[in-house]
Amino acid sequence: MWLRVNLFNTWLSTAVTLALGYVILRAGIAAVEWGVVRAVWEVPYGPTGIADTASCQSAKGSGACWAIIADKYRLILFGRFPYDQQWRPAIVVLLFVALFALSTVRAVWRRGLQTRLIQRAAIAGAMLIVLDNLADFLALIAQIGFGLDVLRSFSLLFSVLATLNFIGKWVLTLGLLFLWPAIGVWVATLAVIGMLMFGGVLGLTPVAVDYWGGLPITLILATFGLAFAFPLAILVALGRRSTEMPAVKTLCVVYVELIRGVPLISVLFMASVMFPLFMPPGINIDKLLRAQIAVILFAAAYLAEVVRGGLQALPKGQSEAADAMGLSYWQKTAFIILPQALRLVIPPLVNTFIGFFKDTSLVLIIGIFDLLTMGKVALSDPPWQSFSTEIYVALAVVYILFCYGMSRYSRGLERELNSARGR
Amino acid sequence: MNTGAPAIVLDKVNKWFGALHVLRDVSLTVGQGEKVVVCGPSGSGKSTMIRCINRLETHQEGRIVVDGTELTDDLRALDTIRREVGMVFQSFNLFPHLTILENCTLAPIWVRKMPKAEAEALAMSYLERVKIPEQAKKYPGQLSGGQQQRVAIARALCMRPKIMLFDEPTSALDPEMIKEVLDTMISLAESGMTMVCVTHEMGFARQVADRVVFMDRGEIVESGPPLRMFEAPETDRLKLFLGQILRGH
Repeated sequence: MWLRVNLFNTWLSTAVTLALGYVILRAGIAAVEWGVVRAVWEVPYGPTGIADTASCQSAKGSGACWAIIADKYRLILFGRFPYDQQWRPAIVVLLFVALFALSTVRAVWRRGLQTRLIQRAAIAGAMLIVLDNLADFLALIAQIGFGLDVLRSFSLLFSVLATLNFIGKWVLTLGLLFLWPAIGVWVATLAVIGMLMFGGVLGLTPVAVDYWGGLPITLILATFGLAFAFPLAILVALGRRSTEMPAVKTLCVVYVELIRGVPLISVLFMASVMFPLFMPPGINIDKLLRAQIAVILFAAAYLAEVVRGGLQALPKGQSEAADAMGLSYWQKTAFIILPQALRLVIPPLVNTFIGFFKDTSLVLIIGIFDLLTMGKVALSDPPWQSFSTEIYVALAVVYILFCYGMSRYSRGLERELNSARGR
Repeated sequence: MNTGAPAIVLDKVNKWFGALHVLRDVSLTVGQGEKVVVCGPSGSGKSTMIRCINRLETHQEGRIVVDGTELTDDLRALDTIRREVGMVFQSFNLFPHLTILENCTLAPIWVRKMPKAEAEALAMSYLERVKIPEQAKKYPGQLSGGQQQRVAIARALCMRPKIMLFDEPTSALDPEMIKEVLDTMISLAESGMTMVCVTHEMGFARQVADRVVFMDRGEIVESGPPLRMFEAPETDRLKLFLGQILRGH
């Protein structure tokens, strides 16, 4: 019955249905034939360990050579991370996925146990961390600017500060777990991810950032990028709408227009090539960190405009009602304006998120080996050189999994938020 | 009921929107517990005047003193005044993403620093007073216009204001819902609240107003007790306005 109503209700629609059905059927059969029936799943390896891809070569054009994925998947997923240590990035990927999955549960984002004591402890922990970093920074400046080796002359002080920093990190993380469980889980998970990637603690072999690659790089750039860009974007969007602080407004406008006006590639180039030139000698900020900052700044400019769209869509009466009740600017923004504005822009927001998840692959031009770049690297191995289609199909599947996950979540979120308001 | 210091004093207030002179030397004193109804044709500046009283609009000349505090650029003075002055809008302006109860408890919790349980008890008592306690868990979008406006009144009352401002509270309502909102306002008036109300509801004005103020083209043209104003208008402009209003009703 459904078929009759929707596909065969008139002569024209019957004809279109049949024609399209034929095309889809033929394409489907061809895909299954290429991908499954005639595909080569394994190839023999010679005595020197070099793959003998003759069977793949002969199947080329009619059947897929999935043997290349079997041979290269670890290189693609984990890059040049030491082979026997690749369980570490593997766990990192699983942790990221678990973190995303957990974050989709709305109950996790509820307020936790907000007691004065825990609040104060968390703030104290944060201050200890800041204190140590500030001291290290000042010591660095003293060393570069005045040639004073403060670190050595006050070594006891600095080791005490480092210990306090360590304690502060634990206190802050535990405190956050109680205050805002979701944020606590994020901080703790990201800390574990950092530990696994860097190594050097708990008997893990240190691995330099230059050896990182593949999926963890893509996930790190996208996750940190969007997690930091989003709050920054909100501040920029609010700043751009400020009427009382023209200087802040101008700054925000200039920032957005400047960043939006140049391609991401040139921002990445500046971050990797030009930025070190401006730094005093002796300071070497890691390439990945520079790329990460570039991604954050770039994404924030785009997200800021999306958020601003939401702010402008709100009726003025909402803001006036909050003002009339005596709410302060930040109370009004946090409880009235943002919850409504962000809800309005979920679709374009997720659109931008997905775009940036994929745009992280542009870091290949500054020599960072993300997932896509590792696919290219895998293809440079002589026996496998001609099987790019298989590699790109496999990479596409990975990207689709993550992007589809994001869009599924956003649709669910919209439905949930709208049903809660009785719409 | 004019006892003690006045609740609101407007002294030669002037305001311009660009070149448009919207308030011309407006002077008005509202005593404590007094109910003032402001009427006038659209564009006469009555909404602008009432919005100046809690500084949703800023005036450019003259003085406005509310509850003994002068309105200036001083933000602390503004906070004090907004805490004591409740406002009800033509378009309700309830927060659609919060429940009725949350709409009512938000400001008491965050501005008055009231414990949540206490704020909820207070909100429920005011929701009962406006006769919709059973809607507390619903969202504004699920209520009728009249119910939403009554919630808006309860929400303003939850701050325990000394003064209530009403900016055309019934103009956006269907006729059958106007009465329920006016009844709520009448019972509020009977409780002794100081009220300034922009409205065209002449029946309401007759019943509760101590004084009616007629504005036209940004200035106060005439004011007096409702009976005298409606039965024996002195100025031609008021006569014309009353004629139009009565014909319309």
